[in-house]
Amino acid sequence: MEITLNINGTLKKLNVEPRTLLAHAIRDSGLTGTHIGCDSSSCGVCTVVLDGKTAVKSCTMFAVQAEGYAITTIEGMAQGGKLHPLQQAFYDQHGLQCGYCTPGMIMAAHALLQHNPNPSEEEIRFGLSGNLCRCTGYQNIVKAVQQAAQMLQQPASSAADD
Amino acid sequence: MIPAAFEYKRPLSLEEAISQLAEHGYDARVLAGGQSLIPAMRYRLAQPAVLVDINKLPNMAYLQEENGMLRIGALVRDTDVEFNLDIHRRYHLISDVSKVVADPIVRYRGTVVGSLCHNDPSGDWAAAAIAARAQMVVQGKTGSRVEDIDRFLVDSFATSIGEGELAVEARFPTPNERTSGAYEKIERKVGDYATAAAAVQIELSPDGTIKEAGIGITAVAHMALRVAEGEKILRGQKPSMELIRAAAEEARKIADPNPDARGSAEYKKDMARVLVGRGLIKALGRLGVVVA
Repeated sequence: MEITLNINGTLKKLNVEPRTLLAHAIRDSGLTGTHIGCDSSSCGVCTVVLDGKTAVKSCTMFAVQAEGYAITTIEGMAQGGKLHPLQQAFYDQHGLQCGYCTPGMIMAAHALLQHNPNPSEEEIRFGLSGNLCRCTGYQNIVKAVQQAAQMLQQPASSAADD
Repeated sequence: MIPAAFEYKRPLSLEEAISQLAEHGYDARVLAGGQSLIPAMRYRLAQPAVLVDINKLPNMAYLQEENGMLRIGALVRDTDVEFNLDIHRRYHLISDVSKVVADPIVRYRGTVVGSLCHNDPSGDWAAAAIAARAQMVVQGKTGSRVEDIDRFLVDSFATSIGEGELAVEARFPTPNERTSGAYEKIERKVGDYATAAAAVQIELSPDGTIKEAGIGITAVAHMALRVAEGEKILRGQKPSMELIRAAAEEARKIADPNPDARGSAEYKKDMARVLVGRGLIKALGRLGVVVA
């Protein structure tokens, strides 16, 4: 069946089966930043954000169900060649080692900050508890989200540093 | 892993959904949040011929109080509950559950009603619904019926929903100021099935004795169970550690878990006991009653 998905502000016409998972549709459309990790809804690396605030595991939703939503993937975070504060903070804090979980971490953190712009360390750990990282031990991921939360609350200073 | 092929239906009205469900009978499954069904389909544990996706039905995402009940529509997501401050202030049992269902990302999509309909032997909401004496509203072609949760939950992955019917609402009684509850869950990691879990709700009389008690345990039997004997022990009594121990022991007696990597049957039975005890102490504590 033919569907139209709004991914990062671009309308994409896709030909999918009803059983096509959103994660596969996104990746087959050329956006391979959304990773697939566990195939069992456990790891969170395939997380994308719907309508700017709802994080979903794109491996646990059919592509056809995503019609009508504004889908944001990791490729939609940077604007005008400038990294999103979350991306910049993961870079600054070295919030990754292999990087496989990073797109999911950033999208989950993005949704978390929409609902709680100034989370405590505990709230960050709780909010990201559905996303697995097998390298970092999470310390720098948490620091990165803390930095991003600060940057997002002071947009003037973060815009001035380039 | 890719699910088996299915025919996809996306009804835009309740009538259309019911008629599609009636047409396809048990070949059809309802798709709400899909956070249990889609993984089961990917593993090919479920291969429905037809999926009726109810996500576009209007007026199904309501979460409101009416006539002494909290009405939870079929499209209320777990996060709608988790992010609702009024729920945390007044519905202590529901509040506890809303923070530990699956993991935070799953909760954005998963629904309360869908979880109850799925009736997984390890479901969190089933235990809570038992303890809180919730009801389900089931819609069919000719009308709707309201069913007590004990009648609704039939067996592992089975409910009283018949062919051509759709569960449209869960109803939890609104607690008065002398009512509290708690949910205690042991899990190896966030998102894993519970090793064991217990939901309790307590209503005190003005004289401080226990007027009504509800206890549900999950992940320790073929389905979530009511600990009726434990409830009986509590009713009419003054709270004490001895009383709590006696009531909690009833949970151990009826738990009949399968041993697995999460623990032996004996361990899980004992955890059912421990968690009921902890839940009762916490619920009473929330009512200002410190038991000794």
